[in-house]
Amino acid sequence: MTFYEVVRFALRGLSANKLRSSLTMLGILIGVAAVILLVAVGNGSAQAISDRIEALGTNTITVMSTGRGGSSSTALTKDMADALVDPVLAPDVKSVSPVVSSSATVTYEGTDHDVSSFVGTTPGWFTASNTPVGSGSAFTADDEAQGRRVVVIGQTVAEELFPGVDPIDKQVTVGGALFTVIGVLDEKSSTGFQDANDTAVAPLSAVRQVLTGYGSLNSILVEAVTPDKVDAVQSEVSAVLNQKMDVADGATSTPYRIQNASQLLETQTETADTFTTLLGAVAAISLLVGGIGITNIMLVTVTERTREIGIRKALGAPRRTILTQFLIEATLLSVIGGALGVAAALIGSSFEIVGVKPVIVPSSVGLALGVSIAIGLFFGGLPASRAARLRPIDALRYE
Amino acid sequence: MSRPVLDVRDLKKIYGEGEATVHALRGVSLTVERGDYLAIMGSSGSGKSTLMNILGALDIPTSGTYRLDGVDVSKLADRQLALARNRLIGFIFQAFNLIPRTSAVANVELPLAYAGVKPKERRRRAMAALEVVGLADRARHEPNQLSGGQQQRVAVARALVTEPALLLADEPTGNLDSRSTADVLSVFDELNAAGRTIVLITHETEVGDRAKRLIRLVDGQIVHDVRQAPVGALAGRHAR
Repeated sequence: MTFYEVVRFALRGLSANKLRSSLTMLGILIGVAAVILLVAVGNGSAQAISDRIEALGTNTITVMSTGRGGSSSTALTKDMADALVDPVLAPDVKSVSPVVSSSATVTYEGTDHDVSSFVGTTPGWFTASNTPVGSGSAFTADDEAQGRRVVVIGQTVAEELFPGVDPIDKQVTVGGALFTVIGVLDEKSSTGFQDANDTAVAPLSAVRQVLTGYGSLNSILVEAVTPDKVDAVQSEVSAVLNQKMDVADGATSTPYRIQNASQLLETQTETADTFTTLLGAVAAISLLVGGIGITNIMLVTVTERTREIGIRKALGAPRRTILTQFLIEATLLSVIGGALGVAAALIGSSFEIVGVKPVIVPSSVGLALGVSIAIGLFFGGLPASRAARLRPIDALRYE
Repeated sequence: MSRPVLDVRDLKKIYGEGEATVHALRGVSLTVERGDYLAIMGSSGSGKSTLMNILGALDIPTSGTYRLDGVDVSKLADRQLALARNRLIGFIFQAFNLIPRTSAVANVELPLAYAGVKPKERRRRAMAALEVVGLADRARHEPNQLSGGQQQRVAVARALVTEPALLLADEPTGNLDSRSTADVLSVFDELNAAGRTIVLITHETEVGDRAKRLIRLVDGQIVHDVRQAPVGALAGRHAR
């Protein structure tokens, strides 16, 4: 008897019990699809978090003052920012952007909008903070030097003040002074509860003159030449600032604080990994339950057909032929069911699930498919081989 | 004289152990000639089904030798045993034992498929066998669409399709009404007239009377062995 004929026997066996075959496949399908989708959702949310952090810029550090108020010993000054641009002491620094910010009310033709962060900085900030300008243009170093009152506004501000109007070259009032809108920022994904698009950026000199005064800076954004130089930049910046602010060597506290985006990213990635592990554990349990379902159906199927196996043996079927037939049936069920499960997961992953865009992890596909096929084969094959080894008369009498 | 189809010597079968030991067969010796039509009768528990299962190579005896067409069955490995069941024996069960949800012709083809016959030849021979039992027009029906008598005739067709040396029937009419019984028995008469060797079990005397030779089994031993007609005679004469 040829292998091809055994395959035809298996197909006939499957089609003779269409309902049971399709329910078995459905069980495998759901098990496989659930695992792949759960892992994909976990992975997707992890990736969403790291994307948002990367949006902050991973090759920058932010220097902030730890002091409150404008006490001279703890304040960051423009002078310090300028001192960080030093090819000898700080060779890995690409750019330094002093930042002042405050909230401000922006008015255009009688419409008010409270901007939560009105930033005054230098042109280097746009690239360093990973905040590209969408339409119009950023201000230039010349604008900054001349203290020209120009402003680049965020998406939210543009929508609030200029609904359906092109905001470029329009004049808005901020703190009693007129600013000309020269650009609109690209939409940015929000990191926290604060709307990252509710912002406006203007030259440092203009903002200090109009809004904040010539006191201390809120922070200094330092950009490293490459992301892996961030740690070097951090120590270089510390060295320069310690000197500038007269911090003794080995002092336990410094009047400034350095926030490192890549450190933040690491922490967040770890958190996201924990989340993925958690979802993976849930998925593993559902795979286990699915596996038990497959096991159950396979056992019932073969046990129920022990009598049929007896008949086939009485008609002269060799053990190998019977075993091959049942193994092929089990393989077809688990492979087709598994493949449909993968397809269902792929289709499901193209939709957003509770606000998360799932990202398929290839290894989860292999694992889910492999485990369900292995279970299907093992628990389809084992009872079949036991039944095929029975004496025909015992198989025929089996209840 | 040609080699006997069946040659059984001192066959014993013991079930269970210790107190629960049951001696189903207590030394049965039997020889069946080619072309004979043998009926085995006995009350339930007399060991006739056990004997039949051993003759059909479905079960193995505790002791004794069993030669089927000159081959010692007890010495065969699983694979050769499967071959013997396929080529030498056609077995007919009381409960028909057709494969469910599979058409009559596919059921009849099954032993040929295991024998490695090509699909076209298989279909032709299966149809011919169904013709013999008068069911060629029901070839496409599944078992649950056939009456008990028809199912048993499909089972007979399946048993004879490989042209085995021996047809074994374990109470083939036990589940049938009198009309279906007559149908099946007339098929047996024709087959025997065509030279097939038939051994059947029954507890109905009218079935036993049609056979050429009648054996009575009591408590695992043969107590009567009567020849009712010569081996070469036409079957069924005696009954009429």
